[in-house]
Amino acid sequence: MTAAIAKRGAKATLIIKDVRVLDPASGVDACTDVTIEKGQIASIAPAKGKADDAHVINGAGKLLLPGLVDLHTHLRSPGREDEEDMASGAAAAAAGGYVIICAMPNTDPVADNAAVVYSQAEVAESDAAIRVAFLGSISRGEKGEHLSDMWDMAEAGVVAFSDDGHPVADAGLLRSAFQAAGRVNLPLSLHCEDLDLAGAGVMNEGRVSAQLGLAGIPCAAETADVARNLEMALYEGARVHIAHISCARSLAAIETAREAGAAVTCEVTPHHLVLNDEEVLGLDSNFKMNPPLRDEENRRQLVEALAAGRVDCIATDHAPHAWQEKETPFEEAAFGVTGLETAFPVLLTELVQPGEVSLEALVMAMSTNPAKAFNLPVPAIVEGGEANLCLVDVEEEYEIEPGNFFSKSRNNAFSGRRVRGRVLLTIAAGRLAFKRDA
Amino acid sequence: MNWNLLSINDLSRDEIESVLATASKDFLELSKRDIKKVPTLRGRTIIDLFYEKSTRTSTSFELAGKRLSADVINVKADSSAVGKGESLKDTTLTINAYRPDIIVIRHPHVGAAAFVSRFTEAHVINAGDGKGEHPTQCLLDIFSLRQEFRNLEGLKVAIVGDILHSRVARSNIQGFQKMGMKVKLVAPPSLLPRGVEALGAEVAHSLEALAGMDVIYLLRMQTERHESANFVPSLREYIANYCVGRRHLTKGQRVLHPGPINRGVEIEAALADSNENLILQQVEAGLAVRMAIMYRIIVDNAAAGEAASDTASSLHAGAASGASEAEIRNIQAVG
Repeated sequence: MTAAIAKRGAKATLIIKDVRVLDPASGVDACTDVTIEKGQIASIAPAKGKADDAHVINGAGKLLLPGLVDLHTHLRSPGREDEEDMASGAAAAAAGGYVIICAMPNTDPVADNAAVVYSQAEVAESDAAIRVAFLGSISRGEKGEHLSDMWDMAEAGVVAFSDDGHPVADAGLLRSAFQAAGRVNLPLSLHCEDLDLAGAGVMNEGRVSAQLGLAGIPCAAETADVARNLEMALYEGARVHIAHISCARSLAAIETAREAGAAVTCEVTPHHLVLNDEEVLGLDSNFKMNPPLRDEENRRQLVEALAAGRVDCIATDHAPHAWQEKETPFEEAAFGVTGLETAFPVLLTELVQPGEVSLEALVMAMSTNPAKAFNLPVPAIVEGGEANLCLVDVEEEYEIEPGNFFSKSRNNAFSGRRVRGRVLLTIAAGRLAFKRDA
Repeated sequence: MNWNLLSINDLSRDEIESVLATASKDFLELSKRDIKKVPTLRGRTIIDLFYEKSTRTSTSFELAGKRLSADVINVKADSSAVGKGESLKDTTLTINAYRPDIIVIRHPHVGAAAFVSRFTEAHVINAGDGKGEHPTQCLLDIFSLRQEFRNLEGLKVAIVGDILHSRVARSNIQGFQKMGMKVKLVAPPSLLPRGVEALGAEVAHSLEALAGMDVIYLLRMQTERHESANFVPSLREYIANYCVGRRHLTKGQRVLHPGPINRGVEIEAALADSNENLILQQVEAGLAVRMAIMYRIIVDNAAAGEAASDTASSLHAGAASGASEAEIRNIQAVG
């Protein structure tokens, strides 16, 4: 589709036998065989005869899903390849069931011009096992002062614009950004946070921050900025994607704007759906991220909204950090946690298995909806379509061990947690991207 | 006592009573002798690691260690490798290589003492971690109250002032309640942490709430921690509404303050000079209480180490051996 999405060829025939195929968007839920030939899904039906050159996988008791799509990944390339690079980030994504990830532009140098985007796409083309799409920054250097080369970057194939990590405080600049992005019909992905309200906060403001003596980031820092940004998007008639929502009232604002006609999508991270701010009591910096883990009431409401289909997307905000940037007192530690390898197993275990969210809703929010939000190829399990799928063992139980990650970084909030459900195989853009060793 | 003293919550009510009894029985009177030194911790090494400006706490810890005959080294952040970009982990590992028995740490960040304890076999005493906690201050405050009031059960304490920025408040709200006291917080809303009522204290916004209290615990305005100047509209307004003077007191009420005091801001000069306050008793108590803490942290764990020597596989076991208990218990003036 775009130059920034690496194109991949295809090889041998693969048959996955007796597998439960689930693709809610295509209306598929059946136990059958899936044959993949030359990178395409040749048939979704009992495989006849026996192709000698076919590789056969026993899918009994396993689940075949459309490959996952992440709209919010930090790949650290260029600039901090010690934390993550295209190869390790894409390998981590493939191991987590992802077939497309969208890399945020807060690299060093910032992806604020076409040259950086072309070079990123080139590295991804050679190094990444799955498709990597790129976002360009909204402002030059993400400094919030002047617009970046948005038109050039659109030509280079970026799928959205964002100053993620640095909310655009200047409303006039943001208005211009909506207009410029509208001209190339791309959405802005907005990190919504009023920095004056957030102050020096390092965690959610509430009873836990009061107990610990840590400066808090109030929910209002997010909700106030969400409300302002939605008003502007509505006024400009522009596409907007609200990144990593942590407060239930942000969702309410999104629904109001949507009713008024705004073209708005949104995302929630796995950690905001599963964890609350009580985790911070132990001062483990793997629970430090921005937006911060909120209280149980907000978490619960986000889960209910996801179950009801009111949360469009789940995005990881995969933020790898060198260990020395996390192995410090909590206040000094960098914000952010990794998520590509833990998102699906954790959500399956914590939300689907207890019956809080349906598997169908989870798949929509992790695959179909995010692909549509950024106009990416929608992974679908349909005959004749390109193979973008993942095979999951829903019974396998194990403990999350960051030492085993494909990611270069270990800063994960689910370290040591027992989960049930493991990605065995990922086929991205018709090519085998990941296969777990038996 | 536990291996470390990181939070007032590390101690049960009985353990607090026990440490305070040690302070009162064994160490309070020592300061009144001509020779203010006992050989109790002779041969032990104590490193005081101060990453924040401190006069009374660092003096108190240094003196307490020296009066116990320990070798005491003071490391100030501004004169160490910290200014050269060394991380807290590496500073701790370096200091740990000298095999100290106790590391006393003050640091501008919450949880720093707990963090240090992960990288050393020494006992770690939290001498203030950012806006987090100040457990030795809490213990000396309880000690001072015990000397004045005997029975702390049901005692009513108002903590007044800049609670938002106060680690002393955070330790005391929890420690005072643990001892059976009733705690009320009095401050403008902007100087109270959001959600503070979760700690169990009542909240009020005017000095009228001091009526009926037994103890008024004043806090300094920590302007150095005010990232923006807007926590109160003006110091004049704060003083008009929250500066406590003798006229606010009723008979029998006593005033505490962890120091340093700002005369004319949170405390009127006449009250600072009056015998209705226990401020200097607190300082004196601080020395005895810190001696008791360091003594008990060594002795209790040495005894525990001997009892558990069969299973001494833990990080802690090695450091627990050393001077015999008999030697440690030899609390007699060097003469």
